[in-house]
Amino acid sequence: MSAAVEIPLQRDRAVTIFEKSREGRRAFVAPELDVPVDEDALPERFRRREPPRLPEISEPEIVRHYNGISKRNFDLDTGFYPLGSCTMKHNPKLHERVAALPGNARLHPLQAPERAQGALEIMWELQRALAEIAGLPHVSLQPSAGSHGELAGVLLTRAYHEARGESRHKVLTPDTAHGTNPATVTMGGYEVVKLGTDEHGGVDMDDLRANLDDDVASLMLTNPNTLGVFDTNIQEIARLVHEVGATLYYDGANLNAVMGRARPGDMGFDIVHYNLHKTFTQPHGGGGPGAGPIAVSDRIEPFLPRPQVVRHPDGAFDLDFDRPQSIGRLRGFQGNYGVFVRSYAYILSLGADGLQEASETAVLNANYLLARLKDKGIGEHLPVAFDRLCMHEFVLSGAPMKRNLGLRTLDLAKRLLDHGFHPPTVYFPLLVDEALLVEPTETETRETLDAFADAIADILRESADDPEIARNAPYSTPVRRLDEAGAAKRPVIRQPLD
Amino acid sequence: MSRYTSATDADRAAMLERIGVDSIDALFAELPEGVRLGRPLDLPAGRPEQEVYAHLRGLAARNVSTDDELSFLGAGMYDHYVPSLVDSITSRSEFLTPYTPYQPEVSQGTLQLMFEYQTAISELTGLPVSNATLYEGPSALGAAGFLARQHHRRTRFLISRGVHPHARETLRTMSLGWGIEVEELPLADGVTDAGALAEALGDGVSAVFLAQPNFLGAVEDLEALVAPARAAGALAVVSCDPMTLGVLRPPGDFDVDIAVGEGQPLGNRLDYGGPSFGFFAAQQAFLRRIPGRIAGETTDIDGRRGFVLTLQTREQHIRRERATSNITTAQTLNALAAVIYLSWLGRRGMVEIGELMLQRTAYARRALAGVEGVELLHEQPVVREFAVRLEADVAGVIERCAAQGVNPGYPLGADYDEFGDGLLVAITEQRTKGDIDRLASVLGDAVAAERRARRPEQVHA
Amino acid sequence: MADASYPDDLKYHAEHDWARVDGETATLGITWYAQDQLGEVVFFDPPQVGATTSKDQGYAEIESVKAVSDVVSPLSGEIVEVNEALSEAPEKVNEDPYGDGWLVKIRLSDVAEVDDLMDASTYEGSLS
Repeated sequence: MSAAVEIPLQRDRAVTIFEKSREGRRAFVAPELDVPVDEDALPERFRRREPPRLPEISEPEIVRHYNGISKRNFDLDTGFYPLGSCTMKHNPKLHERVAALPGNARLHPLQAPERAQGALEIMWELQRALAEIAGLPHVSLQPSAGSHGELAGVLLTRAYHEARGESRHKVLTPDTAHGTNPATVTMGGYEVVKLGTDEHGGVDMDDLRANLDDDVASLMLTNPNTLGVFDTNIQEIARLVHEVGATLYYDGANLNAVMGRARPGDMGFDIVHYNLHKTFTQPHGGGGPGAGPIAVSDRIEPFLPRPQVVRHPDGAFDLDFDRPQSIGRLRGFQGNYGVFVRSYAYILSLGADGLQEASETAVLNANYLLARLKDKGIGEHLPVAFDRLCMHEFVLSGAPMKRNLGLRTLDLAKRLLDHGFHPPTVYFPLLVDEALLVEPTETETRETLDAFADAIADILRESADDPEIARNAPYSTPVRRLDEAGAAKRPVIRQPLD
Repeated sequence: MSRYTSATDADRAAMLERIGVDSIDALFAELPEGVRLGRPLDLPAGRPEQEVYAHLRGLAARNVSTDDELSFLGAGMYDHYVPSLVDSITSRSEFLTPYTPYQPEVSQGTLQLMFEYQTAISELTGLPVSNATLYEGPSALGAAGFLARQHHRRTRFLISRGVHPHARETLRTMSLGWGIEVEELPLADGVTDAGALAEALGDGVSAVFLAQPNFLGAVEDLEALVAPARAAGALAVVSCDPMTLGVLRPPGDFDVDIAVGEGQPLGNRLDYGGPSFGFFAAQQAFLRRIPGRIAGETTDIDGRRGFVLTLQTREQHIRRERATSNITTAQTLNALAAVIYLSWLGRRGMVEIGELMLQRTAYARRALAGVEGVELLHEQPVVREFAVRLEADVAGVIERCAAQGVNPGYPLGADYDEFGDGLLVAITEQRTKGDIDRLASVLGDAVAAERRARRPEQVHA
Repeated sequence: MADASYPDDLKYHAEHDWARVDGETATLGITWYAQDQLGEVVFFDPPQVGATTSKDQGYAEIESVKAVSDVVSPLSGEIVEVNEALSEAPEKVNEDPYGDGWLVKIRLSDVAEVDDLMDASTYEGSLS
């Protein structure tokens, strides 16, 4: 496998749009100035001296530029993307059409509620559906991402305890938690206490009991967790947490495993966040936008962010700001409405039956792929970390592969790129050595799953012969392995413009 | 089987056999009895695409958008013209559907757009370091507060009442667990009261927060306000309207530590308030402390130029409880819209559109000041938004204007008790002289009618 | 990177730091194991000269592409010198963790603390 032969995309060197700028070129034509000029409109001392050095470029060049760089991306519409913990399911194309309707796209957030009834109804109905899915009655759509929802949850917990005259300092999270959980705890002004994981992949109950006291404000969990495993102790966990008066928080990143089968509210959770860009198909956009609405139990409801979307007895929808115990606002306006429209379209399209079928198929696909990866030729190098049925995702360990073949999980991932697949999540969760977290989702066919398993088998066979090939992969991508250490040592984070 | 899944009965049977179980139920056997739902979700059945579309189209039609009325509503989000090339590029699968660029070799499109966006924001604000977006304006201000709090453990924030009400409230909410006292600085004649700032400054002040222009549209004297803040050892945080940065001196000119703001005006739709993006730029010293993703330039093993997420150790997925913030998903697609828009405007366009808004706003302000029953709330220099006082019930006036197909602006009384009779009027390049003349006419009629119908004393009961 | 080594003339701390004691002063750094776990070091944020270190407490941060780690001091004292060369070449910590990759030099405030540290064979034994 020679690196000397470049593919066309590799021959095209990266050039930023700033470097394509040429003085005098333009795309924008300003409207005519149709009012008299007031020379004193802005005192000189406030005036910018030099115009900002934005590119001077025409429309065709802008289109060529961005179309060109788009081809340097792998994307979900193009291929399989089994990133664990991300739920890369198909983004239905209907959603772009409804989000673009002028009544949605050109609606100002401060429009009077009487003149935004369609928008408020969409939000209200979405809230109702999300409440039913999670089994908790009160929903706020305000948070803009999962971690924003988590911050809301931590602040709601704080408000809840303070209203009871209590001052608590600790929040518990398992060591398998997504990194946002402890980071959020710190932003919420609490101390993180880590809990261990037992040999079945669930929370270590002895560790939990030892750490639960009345200084614990909350326990944050994902269920199923980041190992793809459902913690069957959840009811006992909920009982213990509530016994010391703490709240139980559900990180909804893995909700795709249980829709229609089980609900976090029924498991005993007080606060749940959803990731609309995971479970509810909001396109990932290369890293956002998303949304992280929350659902809470009755006792937490008074503290929800302001405003809340409500429905009056006469049927009119409104924004309710009169919430004296609210924690306040976590952002401006009402939240990521464009995301709500898409998620609502999804829920309408699938309905009760479709949502349940989505989760069941997600779990089916994951277990099928897991069974394929246990095949001889793969399973001995990439054993599953917890040998039980998985839910919608599973973790493999690349430690034997490293020992047997001298290949690291990183190298396997890079070689998968040459096979036209996006690799699974690597090196997370931290608990598993050389981890590979795989989540196929329900929108993949059996053929795709087979092709993926076959590709892994190919790579392992190839590596038994010559591990250097994978160690120097990828070969066929627009750029090959990049110097990340160099980027961190001498950060260059903008194009020089002189 | 829905239209988005592909498991036929035959597929299912074959897959279950391979797994070694006899039913889907068996895959969920580990769920304890007590947590099984045991009934279908109480939601309507799924519907075909055509029906979903018809339903949502019906709902959208019940919203009065800026297509349906002549709108002067601003207050943080603005009805600018978004050129078609933004839509066509941002709807490309390659930009719309990938995940965060964790595998840089197949994410150079996303990483390069982030790098270009960072460059553009840095250039606009005059500050050397920019991240690749936060969620939106107010939470970006809150994030600046978190940085200040982690930077030096002082316990007071001073925030001007000129900062957007949503941002002020967001800062209070986000800081609930930080042991910080948030104190507001009053306005005097439409701008931050410099005397009040001087009095409030002291050792305990961690950061001072200002807006440029402020919520009332007034241009603040940053030179006079920032220097004393920094002299007291506080961080200076300025929230700016990016569309004014073609004509106003940028925060970087004043040694501001951090500049944030709401990015919606840059090529993003109104979308009833989101998604948009927040920008966050800072001095070089804060490079390793700023929240959010950052794209950095590097080379690959064959020497090709490329981009990667860098300084990731600061972020949640590695530092965890000692991270600079908890942000993961940001607003990458919205950053793309912004950088396309800024390239479309270009160097000259950014200035031209600013000058156009400046002149039309000046014209609009003169026009409204000449309307019976309307007077200016302040006479500070403005760029694209200004405030007036009405000698009539503001809510009543707005309703009368709405009946004429005009949205005259935002009622300040919703957020400022002291401006219960105030109206905030926004101008974008889409509002022509003719539109402004119509506003003056309709507003004048509405004020007159409202005064005839009600006595003004009843307004402030 | 060099093979694992734990020089006999050094003292070791459980948090993977070493000390080279020379009368009243000591040079401090991180062990081969620590740099191996971190991966390629990209940034060292040094403390100020004149700052104090306390035994078992962190005194600086060291950053690699994949992790940021607290550097724990094996001994208490006052910082008299920091390794400026690391700002240009942080990778020295990986290449020569006991030599050019030293982090700080301190003047000891309590020489007796040296007795609490491990010798090379004890430390190496603790790693398995």
